[in-house]
Amino acid sequence: MTTTPETNSHIPLKVLDHTELFKDEVYTKQFETKREFENGADDAEVNRVLEWTRTWEYREKNFAREALTVNPAKACQPLGAVLAAIGFEGTLPIVHGSQGCVAYFRSHFARHFKEPVPAASTSMTEDAAVFGGINNLVESFANSTALYKPKHIAVSTTCMAEVIGEDLFAYIRTARDQEAITQEFPVSYAHTPSFVGSHLNGYDVMIKGILDMVTAGPDAKAPQTGGKPQLNIFPGFETYLGNLREYRRILELMGVAPLILGDHSDALDSPANGEYDLYPGGTKLADAATAKFSKASVVLQESTMRRTAELVRDTWKQETAVLETPIGIRGTDQFLTEIARLTGLPVPAELTVERGRLVDALADSHAYLHGKRVAIAGDPDLVVALTRFVLECGMVPVHLVSTNADSGFKARMEKVLSASKFGDAATVWPEKDLWHLRSLVFTEPVDLLIGSTYLKYISREANVPLLRVGFPIFDRHHLHRQATIGYTGGLSLLTQMVNTFLDELDRNCLPHSFDAVR
Amino acid sequence: MRQIAFYGKGGIGKSTTQQNTMAAMAEMGRRVMIVGCDPKADSTRLILHSKAQTSVIELAAEKGSVEDLELDEVLVEGAWGIKCVESGGPEPGVGCAGRGVITSITYLEEAGAYENLDFVTYDVLGDVVCGGFAMPIRQGKAQEIYIVTSGEMMAMYAANNISRGILKYAHSGGVRLGGLICNSRNTDREDELIMELARRLNTQMIHFIPRNNVVQHAELRRMTVIEYDAQNSQANEYRQLAKKIDENEMKTIPTPISMDELEDLLIEFGIMEQEDTSIIGQKAAATA
Repeated sequence: MTTTPETNSHIPLKVLDHTELFKDEVYTKQFETKREFENGADDAEVNRVLEWTRTWEYREKNFAREALTVNPAKACQPLGAVLAAIGFEGTLPIVHGSQGCVAYFRSHFARHFKEPVPAASTSMTEDAAVFGGINNLVESFANSTALYKPKHIAVSTTCMAEVIGEDLFAYIRTARDQEAITQEFPVSYAHTPSFVGSHLNGYDVMIKGILDMVTAGPDAKAPQTGGKPQLNIFPGFETYLGNLREYRRILELMGVAPLILGDHSDALDSPANGEYDLYPGGTKLADAATAKFSKASVVLQESTMRRTAELVRDTWKQETAVLETPIGIRGTDQFLTEIARLTGLPVPAELTVERGRLVDALADSHAYLHGKRVAIAGDPDLVVALTRFVLECGMVPVHLVSTNADSGFKARMEKVLSASKFGDAATVWPEKDLWHLRSLVFTEPVDLLIGSTYLKYISREANVPLLRVGFPIFDRHHLHRQATIGYTGGLSLLTQMVNTFLDELDRNCLPHSFDAVR
Repeated sequence: MRQIAFYGKGGIGKSTTQQNTMAAMAEMGRRVMIVGCDPKADSTRLILHSKAQTSVIELAAEKGSVEDLELDEVLVEGAWGIKCVESGGPEPGVGCAGRGVITSITYLEEAGAYENLDFVTYDVLGDVVCGGFAMPIRQGKAQEIYIVTSGEMMAMYAANNISRGILKYAHSGGVRLGGLICNSRNTDREDELIMELARRLNTQMIHFIPRNNVVQHAELRRMTVIEYDAQNSQANEYRQLAKKIDENEMKTIPTPISMDELEDLLIEFGIMEQEDTSIIGQKAAATA
C-alpha cells in the first residue's frame, strides 16, 4: 500500500508521506473509533466551545489572564547567545548547563536556516547541580579545543547553571590554571538566565561579552582601512542573512568600511562544495578588537542591543546612533542620512535609483494594498519597523503584538503610528502572546497576518493569509537568504506582500473577476 | 568604592556587628550602602528603625518581575544617610534563596545603585552554602571579607569553613580575607584563642568586641549603639573596628586548617578535652 515493490527500478521509490498516508480508510476509521476510548466530546460540543473561544466574551477572559502565557512569541536567552557567538571567526559557542538545551538551540536554528550549527554543551547532570559544574566546564574546554580546534570560545549559561549561581569568570580562570586551555586562549562569556528576558537579551549580553574580551586584548588598536571611515554596525538578532550582506553592500557603496558585529551570514549560509567547514566566515576577532576606535557605532535594533549600546556610548564614549531597523522608504532614508552625517560621505546615485524603484513599485501595487488591515507579531524592533513599512504601503495596522517587548516599545510604536493617518486604528500589545493575538484576530478581523511560522495556526483557523517575516520560519524555504532592509529589501518584502494578496484574490474571486491582469 | 562582606555562623551577631560598624563608618563621613543577603531581611533594621524593610524579591514577586521595580522603592536611606537594601528571599522550605541574592544584586547593578559610595557591605546568611550565597564574593563584588566569630567551637568551625570558600574564590576571583572579628561570648581565653586561630588562618583578629548589654538595649529600640548611646564605651568599640577596617592593609589568602588541627587547638586552650577513645560506643550502663 505504501511503497512500490520494485527495488531495482529506475523509477524513484514512492513512499507515501503522512499527508497522503493518513487519508487511507484504515486510518480515517481509526481516528473515528478511538474517540470512544478517549472519552471525547462529540463534534457538536467541540464546535460549540470552539466558536465560543472566538467571541468577545472569551477575548475579555483571555485578556484578563495573569498567571499563564500561551504560545509566547519568543525564545530563551542562550539561543540568542549562540547566534551572537557564531557571528565571529572560528568561534565555538559552549553553553554551560544541561545537554537538552543545546540540542534545542541547534535544532531550532537548523530548522530555520537549514544549516548545521556548531554548539557544545558542558552537559551538567544531577551531580553537577549539587556540587557545581566547574569540572564540566573545565573538561568541556579541554575536549572541545582538542576536537573542534576553535580560535575562540563563547560561553553562555542555561537556567540550571544560573539557578545554582555558576560563576563563569572564576571557572574560566580555573580552566586556564588547570591548563584545559592556555592563559592566552580567547574566551568570552555571558550569563544568560532564560527565566528573564528573551533570546534578544542573550544576544545582546553575548555581543557585549565578546566586545569586552576582544577590546581588552593586544589587537585593540586603530583599524587600517586605507582612509575609509570605519563604522561599527550592530545588526542585532538578525535572522535575514541577506540583511547582513545588504548592510555591507550599502556601506561599501557609500565608501564606508563597515565593521559588522557580528556577521553570521556565512556561518548560516555556507555553499555545498563537498567540504565541511565548522566555522565558515564570521567577523575576525582582530577586526572586532578595533571596534573601540571606529568613527561611530550604528545600532539597528534598539530593544535588542540595549546593553551593548550602553557599553559603546557610556564606556567607550563613542558616538552611537540608535536607529529603527531600516525597512521601507523612511527607515532606509533615515539610515542613509545618518551614515552620511556620521561620515560626511554623500549618498551615491546608485542608492537613489534603488529608492526610486521602490517608490515606483509601491505605486504599482498600491491598489491592492491600500486600506488593507494587518496584524503583526514578532520581536519588538521588527514590529516597529514593519509597522512603519505597512503604513508606507497605505495599509492599516490593527493588532501589533510583541511578547518580548521592552519598556520603550510602546512609545516607539506610538511615534511611528502617529506619523501616519493610517495609524489611528492600531492597538499596541506589548507582552501579549499568540493566544491573545488569536482572540484579537477573531473579534476584530484583519486581511493579513505578518509574523513567524507560529502564526500559521491562526492563519488557517481564521482563514487570513500569512506573510512570513521574522523568526522562526520553519515551513518556508530560503526566506532567510533574502534581504528585508534597504530599498532592495523593501522591494522584496513588497513583492511577497502584494503577491500574497493577489494569490488570495485569484483563489477567492468570482469567475467574472478572475482576470489575467492584476 | 570598597565592597566588603560579613560572613559567620548563624546567630553570631553578624547583622548587629555590621550595622553598628557601618553606622560608625558613616559617622566618620564615609558613604555607605548595606545590602542584606539574608531571606530573613533583618540586616538593616537598626539603621532604619523598622521591623523589616520591603525586600527586592518580595516586591518583585508582588509586581511580577524585578524589571518592574523602581530603585527608590527598595533602596531606603537611614541614619547618617546610610543606604539600605534587603535582597530578601522565599519562605522557608520553598524556592531558592541563593537565586534571590543573584537576582537582587544584578538588579541593583543595573539600576545604578552602586554610585557615589565609599563602602558597600553585604550581610550574608550563615555559611557559604551554595553559588547564590557566594554571589557577594564573586567577580567585581566584595573584595574583602570579615568573618564574625567567637570563642565557641561551632563559630570557629564555621569561620574555618568560610575560609575554605574564600580560598576557592581567592584564586579565581581575587577576593581576600580582611580578618576575624571576635564578637565575644565571654568564653575562656577567647581573645588569645581567636588570635591563634587567625594566625593559623593566615589572617588577623582585627578587633575584639567585648560583650555589653547596651547592644541588647539598643536592639530593642531598633537602633545601633552609636545612635542609641553615642558616649557608651561599646560605641567606641565599633568606632575602633570601623577605623581599623577603613585603614586595613592586611588582606590575605586564607590557609584553612583541618578539623583535627582545629580540635587540637581547642584542646590546647582547654576548651575541649583530650578524646578518650575507650568510651566510644559504650552505653551509659557500661560506663557507669
